[in-house]
Amino acid sequence: MAKYYIYHDPTRCIGCLACEISCMDWKELPYGEANCRIFRFGPEAVFGEPDLTFMYTSCFHCEKPLCVEACPSGALAKREGDGIVVFREDLCIGCRACITACPWGIPQWNENAGKIHKCDYCADRIDQGLKPACVTRCPVDALKFVPVEEASQLKRMRWLRDTFGRQVAPAAKY
Amino acid sequence: MGEKRTVYSICGMCSVRCPIMVEVEGDRVRWISGNPHDAGMGTALCAKGIAGRALLDDTERPLSPLIRDGERGSGKWRTVSWDEALDYVAEKLKAIIDQYGGRAVLLSDRGGPFGEYRKAFLKAIGSPNYCNHDVTCAVSVNHAALSLFGFGRKTLNYDYKNAKHIVLYGRNILESIKIKTTKAVINALDRGAKLTYIDPRYSVTASKATRWWRIRPGTDYALNLALMHIIIKEGLYDKAFVSRWVHGFEHLAKFVEQYTPEWAEEETGIPAQEMYLFCREIAQDAPHVIFHPGWMRARYKQAFWESRTTYLLNVLLGAIEVPGGLFFMKGPKDAGKKGLNSIGENLPKVEEKRADGAGWKYPYINKGPGLLHRAFEAIKTGDPYPIKAYIVHRHDPLTGLPDPEAQVEIFKNLDLLVVVDVNWSETAKYADVILPECTYLERSDLIANQKGLKPGFRIRTAAIEPRYDTKPGWWIYIQLAKRLGKGEHFPYETIEDLWEKQLEGTGITVAQIQEKGFITLTDKPIWYDRMNDLPFKTESGKIEIINKKWEDAGIPCLKPYESPEKPPKGKFRLLFGRCAWQTHGMWMNNPALHPYLKENVLWINKKVAEEMGLKDGDKVIVSNGGYKKEMRIFATELIHPEAVFMLHGFGRTVPQQTRAYNRGVADQRLEVGLLDVYDPAGGANALCECFIEVKPAK
Repeated sequence: MAKYYIYHDPTRCIGCLACEISCMDWKELPYGEANCRIFRFGPEAVFGEPDLTFMYTSCFHCEKPLCVEACPSGALAKREGDGIVVFREDLCIGCRACITACPWGIPQWNENAGKIHKCDYCADRIDQGLKPACVTRCPVDALKFVPVEEASQLKRMRWLRDTFGRQVAPAAKY
Repeated sequence: MGEKRTVYSICGMCSVRCPIMVEVEGDRVRWISGNPHDAGMGTALCAKGIAGRALLDDTERPLSPLIRDGERGSGKWRTVSWDEALDYVAEKLKAIIDQYGGRAVLLSDRGGPFGEYRKAFLKAIGSPNYCNHDVTCAVSVNHAALSLFGFGRKTLNYDYKNAKHIVLYGRNILESIKIKTTKAVINALDRGAKLTYIDPRYSVTASKATRWWRIRPGTDYALNLALMHIIIKEGLYDKAFVSRWVHGFEHLAKFVEQYTPEWAEEETGIPAQEMYLFCREIAQDAPHVIFHPGWMRARYKQAFWESRTTYLLNVLLGAIEVPGGLFFMKGPKDAGKKGLNSIGENLPKVEEKRADGAGWKYPYINKGPGLLHRAFEAIKTGDPYPIKAYIVHRHDPLTGLPDPEAQVEIFKNLDLLVVVDVNWSETAKYADVILPECTYLERSDLIANQKGLKPGFRIRTAAIEPRYDTKPGWWIYIQLAKRLGKGEHFPYETIEDLWEKQLEGTGITVAQIQEKGFITLTDKPIWYDRMNDLPFKTESGKIEIINKKWEDAGIPCLKPYESPEKPPKGKFRLLFGRCAWQTHGMWMNNPALHPYLKENVLWINKKVAEEMGLKDGDKVIVSNGGYKKEMRIFATELIHPEAVFMLHGFGRTVPQQTRAYNRGVADQRLEVGLLDVYDPAGGANALCECFIEVKPAK
């Protein structure tokens, strides 16, 4: 079974917050508290050149998820097959150990529930053949939900295209 | 939980009105996304559109009819039934109509495809005074188009998807987003199209541009004159297209001779050399190029000429009715099909002159959207006749038009101020009666035309029943018409009755449109023969460099350039704009959007800030006239030193909106005295003809 990745393309991203609000809305999280977060660098002049770049961050669904190791109640677990690090709110005791354990700052506090929340790639949607909420509603297709092997290829092609300003394809593809 | 349904409808969170898919479980909206049946849209939806669900839950809005129970603006309200509210409004209107005639009633809204019933209502009561919000939007662009082509701006649309070079003058297309447009632009850029972005400030759109020109504010016209100078002098224009379709080209060629790039460099701050390179580059991509004539161009007194010359750059490069350029919007007739029927039965023709002077005092001004600021002048002076009732339909002049203090003063001459809205607006605060409309998710509207290469119809269908005591707009006006003895013109009870009337004889059923939310009347895109058969509506049937309507009124179509004033020391030209997750101050209080934008900041040039002893994040006092407020600065080299910039829509004064109340600075309150400052040829308010004081906060 494929392991997934949410690939973010900063060349397309316009930092419009639709991904965050989409997540918050679908997951019914407290207002302003999405699982995914969009950050910006700039606007600023970098070596005299104006620049503004957006960066999407969410759970990487690690092979060895430290949050799962830290969780004492089994609320966090790595799913068989697709490896999604899923979260069961009913089992969460609100100890926050995962917040300390995760090196990426992914688990967040849900003040409405008194528990944590984190991205599970919208596993309920995936199981119905849909895509995560953030990817589904991205207005400019800057987010792609792909098998993780594809993510590296997309990233390589992106920098090649940005660097050379031309369309690019894998050499074997005609 | 409950029965699951999917409803294809039309978003209502901003005036773009994107096609949406709404998933409902029982009486609950569970999910809203773009309508995937529309290929250009897919399931995409912007932050505002997604926050439509939060709007349903938001109780800080008028949830039942309210009648004022104290002085205007006192904030004291009496909750009443619909019958009482409608009787009250009808009685007041009747008294006004009896004394002053139907013409004493003014209505303004934000335009759009669903408003036919509002115009029909005015006709039924004998008023010519319909205005939309366009004086603070695209009215000058519209007149620029009318003066060249004989038709308004909406007849031409832009084929971004196939464009090779897109040129935008402050049209912040990646932040003031229309999803299908924004996506098409990003796709074009990804394909290698170029984007030239002209703005005194570095926006998200600038960040994706191949070329950003930090132009001196208010000098777009100078730039365009110089670009045309180069294009004509170097023979880069499309000679076949120009000789076939342009009437009076020689006047243009002669006129731009004096406006050299070297002269424009002084004026705009853009190096002449870059202008030459740009022209040679874009000529190679012609005719698949788009110079956007402007959307919200209500900024400078020269707006008409800025926009007109922008259109002309498209014309010179032959970018008309061509893939990757501008194309004619086609209607049902072009597809050989019957269009929608009007809903008003035997409506009398209103012969009365408009109070704002459109069509007579200003014969070159289009009577359709009118000039709201001139209608306000009529309220103030009673000239040409008294306006005593003002119905404000989902429009907020106290936020959208400049100088709300002056407006409130003018409204004192009204015997009746009615607001119909989904939300609290600044104007609603001063209303005598608030008639709350249900949200777009709870409301079906009239079937709308969908013009384009493949014309058709589209429909907004209610996803759920109204949750509170709110009603759809069409129902409200039909009820009022009936109470005023004009029911004969509106023999309808339900939206189905209206739809039936609209579709009569078209051979199309409501169910067919609802199946996907829209229906197209042709499979193949319709293109006109661009060298033989373009329907320009001017006297000559061509694109007119000199238009008689304007010239006869003493307004030169080729107006000599006037340099905008430079701000005196300590003062700055106030620019304003939007971000992708707010709409003109409409949803500042939306619970899902509010956490992302609580207050606005002031963009100011870094060097200028340093000279004032300020650094990024410091607080300043901004002031003009009697309005003064504190805000933080964002100090950056990425804004022109003459200008400061802030996001629009802040500083709300409606206490019911507890989240947004008094947060941030209201740019329109700084625009003191600007109600009467407007582009004389196009009619738009000149909102950026405004200098404000900025001082460090102690």
